[in-house]
Amino acid sequence: MTLPLAEVQAPDIDYKALSPLMALVGGSIVVLMVGLLRPPFVRHALVPALTAVTLLTAIGLTIWIWEPGEQRPVIEGSLTVDTLALGLSMLFYVAGLVCIALSLRAIAAREAGHGEYYGLLLGSIAGMVVLAQASDLITLFVGIELLSIPLYVLCATELRRATSLEAGLKYLVIGSVGSATLLYGLALIYGATGAMQFDAIAAALDSAELSPTDPLLLTGIALAATGLAFKASVAPFHQWTPDVYQGAPTPITTFMAVATKAAAFAIFLRLFDHALGLAQLEWAPALAALATATIVIGNVGAIAQRSLKRLLAWSSVAQAGYLLAGVVVGTTLGLQATAFYLAVYLLMNVAAFAVVVARERVSEHGDDLASVENLGRAEPWLAWPMTIAMLSLAGFPATAGFIGKFYLIDASVAGDYTWLGIVIVVGSVISLAYYLRVIAVMWMGRYEVDWPTVPRRRVKPVAGWSPEAQARAQPEVALVAVLFAAATIVFGIWPDPLFDAARDVGTALSALG
Amino acid sequence: MTIHLSIVLFLPLAAGLIGAVLPRDLARWAVLTGTVWVLAYVIVMLADFDSGGGLQYVTDDEWISELGISYKLGVDGLNLFMVALTAIAWVPCTLVAAFREHDRPKLFFFNLALGETAVLGAFMAQDLALFIVFFDLMLVPFYFMIGGWGTGERVRATTKFVIYTLAGSLLMMAAAIALGVLATPDGGEISFALSDLQERSVSEGTQQWIVLLFALAFFVKAPLFPLHGWVPETYRASPVVTIALLSGVLSKVGVYGFLRIVLPVMPEGSQHWQELFIVMAVFSILYGSVLAFSQDNVRLVVAYSSIAQLGFIVLGIFALDDTGAQGAVFQMLNHGLVVVPLFLIIGVIATRSGGSESLAELGGIAFRAPVLATLFLVLTFATLAMPGSANFMGEILVLFGTYEDKLVYGLVASIGVVLAAVYMIRMFQRTTHNRVGPAVQSREMDGLNIAAVAPLVAVVVALGIYPNFVVDRTEPATTAAIERAQEVGQELASR
Repeated sequence: MTLPLAEVQAPDIDYKALSPLMALVGGSIVVLMVGLLRPPFVRHALVPALTAVTLLTAIGLTIWIWEPGEQRPVIEGSLTVDTLALGLSMLFYVAGLVCIALSLRAIAAREAGHGEYYGLLLGSIAGMVVLAQASDLITLFVGIELLSIPLYVLCATELRRATSLEAGLKYLVIGSVGSATLLYGLALIYGATGAMQFDAIAAALDSAELSPTDPLLLTGIALAATGLAFKASVAPFHQWTPDVYQGAPTPITTFMAVATKAAAFAIFLRLFDHALGLAQLEWAPALAALATATIVIGNVGAIAQRSLKRLLAWSSVAQAGYLLAGVVVGTTLGLQATAFYLAVYLLMNVAAFAVVVARERVSEHGDDLASVENLGRAEPWLAWPMTIAMLSLAGFPATAGFIGKFYLIDASVAGDYTWLGIVIVVGSVISLAYYLRVIAVMWMGRYEVDWPTVPRRRVKPVAGWSPEAQARAQPEVALVAVLFAAATIVFGIWPDPLFDAARDVGTALSALG
Repeated sequence: MTIHLSIVLFLPLAAGLIGAVLPRDLARWAVLTGTVWVLAYVIVMLADFDSGGGLQYVTDDEWISELGISYKLGVDGLNLFMVALTAIAWVPCTLVAAFREHDRPKLFFFNLALGETAVLGAFMAQDLALFIVFFDLMLVPFYFMIGGWGTGERVRATTKFVIYTLAGSLLMMAAAIALGVLATPDGGEISFALSDLQERSVSEGTQQWIVLLFALAFFVKAPLFPLHGWVPETYRASPVVTIALLSGVLSKVGVYGFLRIVLPVMPEGSQHWQELFIVMAVFSILYGSVLAFSQDNVRLVVAYSSIAQLGFIVLGIFALDDTGAQGAVFQMLNHGLVVVPLFLIIGVIATRSGGSESLAELGGIAFRAPVLATLFLVLTFATLAMPGSANFMGEILVLFGTYEDKLVYGLVASIGVVLAAVYMIRMFQRTTHNRVGPAVQSREMDGLNIAAVAPLVAVVVALGIYPNFVVDRTEPATTAAIERAQEVGQELASR
C-alpha cells in the first residue's frame, strides 16, 4: 500500500519568525565543524569570531522581527514569537557575547576544544530561545533539555580540575531530577486539562468543566513549579547553585548566572502568567512563599561566604526571589518589572563576574575575597566596576539596581502583594552585609575580621604577562567589566530605553490585567 | 520654571568630577571652588527669596514617567535655610580638609562633593521618590569617607552606619511606593510628586503603617533614642570633617522629612502616632543629656548632645503647634550651625593633645590660645541655649509650643535645657581650663582653622541678635506644613 503523499501537508512555517533560532543552530554546526581544523589561528581567533558573528546575526534578526503587541504562532503553535521571547532572547545573546569575551584566554576552552566549547555554548543559547518561545508543554521540555545538556558539559570543561568535573556531575544529577519533576508535572497538567498548548490550557481553565482547585491540576502545577525552581535556583531547590557556580569555569558561571536565570523566568512567566493565569489565586500564595524563602535563604547564605563566586551564587539565589515577585502578581506590570530586572541583573552580574575572572587568573587567592584586597589602589579599572556592581545589587540609587527594585516593589504593591515588597526590602537590608564587605575589602585596606585561611595556589601569568600587568594583559575582560558597570550607572540615571523595551515585552501576554 | 536649583544641585558633583580628572593635588581646589560657588549662589537666593511666595525656583521635569517619578525641585521657607545650612557647612569643612594631607585625595574630595549634591538634592526634592533617591545616595559618599579615611574600627563602624540607615530608608522606600500606588485613583497616573500626593489621599489605616515606616527611617537618621545604635562607633571612627557634616547637616534631613512629607501628606497617620513620637523625643532629650554628661570622649559628648537636640526638634514638630514647629525649624538651622564649628574645634583640640579626645587627658588649652577658647566658649553657650543665643530662641519656642497642649512632656523636656548647661560647661572646662593634660600643648589656632570656624561663629552670633531674618522667611511654610495635621487633631478633639 502506498502512502497517500498528496494528503500529507507540510505545516506552514514562518521562516522569518524562526530566523534567529535557525541562525543559532546553523552557527553552532559551523562552529563545531570549523573547530575541527588544526591551525591555532582557527581555534583561537576564527572559532570565537564565528560564534560572535552568529550571535550578532541573531541580534540583528531579532531586531528585524521585533513587533510589539504581535504574537506569532510558529510551527502549528508550538512556538510563539513575541516580544517577551525576543526581548529575553536579547539577554541570552548578550550573555553569550560576554561569555565569548571572558573565554578568550580561559583554560576551559583550550582543554575542551574550542569548537566544542563554543558550539555547545550556541547550542545552549538555542535551547534558551526555544524555551523562551515555547508555547506548548512539549517544546517547553525540549527547550529545557536543549539548554541544560550543553551546560552540563560546559560546567565540566576544565578537565584537569576536580571541582569543575564535580560541578558538571552535580549539575547533571540535580538538573535531571529537576527535569524529571517538571516532566511529571507537565504530564499531570496535561492530564487535568487535556491540552498541550498554553492557549488551550488557558481555555480549559476558563471553561466550567475544570475547577482551578482540581487536585490533579494543582499537583501538576506544584511539580512543574518545583522543576522550574531547580533551574531558576529558587529555594529550597537552590542547593546546587553555590557548588556549581564555584566549580564551573567562571565564564560559564557568568553565562549560567544571567542567561539560564532569564530563560527560566521566561518560561515561568509564560507558563504561570499565561497558561495557568486563571489559577493564579491557587499558585500565587505558594510562589510568594517560595519567593520569601528564597530571598531570606539566599541573602543569609551569602553572608558567610568568602569565595566571590559562591557569594555571587547565593546573591543570585536571592535575586531569583526578587524576580519571582514579579511572576507572583500575574499582571502586566509584574511582567514588565521582571523583564526590566532581568536586564538590570544581567548588567550588574556581568560586571561583577568579569572582575572575578580577571582576578582569579592572576591572584594566588583564586576567587577568594582576598584576591580583591586593596584593588581600589592596585587596579581601579577593576575595582570601580565591582563597586558599582555591588552597589547596584544592593539597590543603591543612581544605579540600575535601584530602579529595578523600585519597579518590582511597585508591581508587588499594585498587585496586592505589599508584604512581598517589604520582604524584598528586608532582603536588601540583609544583603548589605556581604555586598558592603566586598567594597570594604577593595577600598578600605585590610579587612579586620579573621577568616579561616585558604591554601595559596600557584598562578600562571596570563598571556605571558606578569601578575602586575594583568589589566593590560586581558583588556577584553576589563573592557567587559567597565562597559557593563557604565551601563549600570547610565540606566540608573536614564532608564527610558529599558523601560521602552520592558513596555514592549509587556504587550506580549495580552491576557494579563 | 528655572534652572537655578539644578545648577546649585549639580555644581558640587561637577566640581568633584572635574577634580577626578585633574592631577591629584588639584582635586581639592576644584571641589573647594565648587562649594564656594554653591554658597555664593545660595546667598543670592537668600536675598532674592520672597517670604510669602510659596514654592520658588521650581524645576519640574519628567524623569521616569513609567514609575511616576518626576525631577521636581523647589525651595520654600521650610528648606530655604536647610539648603543654606548645607552650603554654609560644606565650605569650611572642605577648606579644613583641603589643607590636610590625604591618602587618595581625589577619591576623598569626590566623595565630599557627591555628598553635598546628595544632601542638597534631598532638601530640594519636591518628589517623594526623588527625595528617597538622594536620601539613600547620601550614604554612599559617607560610607566611603568613614571607611576609607576614618580611624580605629572604621570599617565596622561604617558598615554598621550604612546598614542601620539603609534598613530604615529601604523600608521607607517600600512605604513610599505603597503610598504612591495606593493613592493613585482608579484610572489615574501614578505620581510621586508631593503636590499630587497631598491632593490624593489614602485610608487612615494605611497611613498609620506608612507613617511608622517613614518615622523609622527618619529617626535612625536623626538619630533618636532607641534607634541610635550606630552613633557611638560612627562618631568615634569618622574623620572630623565627615562627622561635622554628618552631625550638623545630615541629621536634619530626617526631621525635615517629617515637615515636608509626613505631616502634609499623611495628617491622619501623623496624628495617630503623635503621642509615641513625642514620648520618643522626650526620652531622647533625657537619655542624650544624661549620656552626654557621662562621656569621656569629647566627640561623644557632642554626639549625645545632638541626640538630645534632635529630640527637641522632633518634640517641636509633633507638638503640632505653630510656635513649636517654628521653633523646631529654627532649631534645625541653629543646631547645624553650632555643631559643625564645634567638631572643627574638637579636631583642633585633638591635634593639641597628640590625637587624644579623652576629657581625662585634655585640659589647659585656653592658657595660650585665647582665640580658640573664645570661639569655643561662644559655641558652648550657643549649644546650651544661653539667653541671647539663637538656640535659646529655638528651644523656648519649642517648649512654649509644647506647653500649649502637652504640658507634662514640655516640663519633662525642660530638664534637658538644664542638663545641657551641665554637660557643655563640663566639656568646656575639662578641655580648656583645668590642669594642663599630660600630652597637651597649648597653642593658638592656626589661621586656616580660624578662617573656617570664625565665620560660622559670626553667623551664630548674628542669628542670636536678629533671629527674625530666619523666622520671617520660614513662618508661612512651617504653618502650612503642620496645618492639615492640626486640623485632624482638632476634629478628633471636638468629637
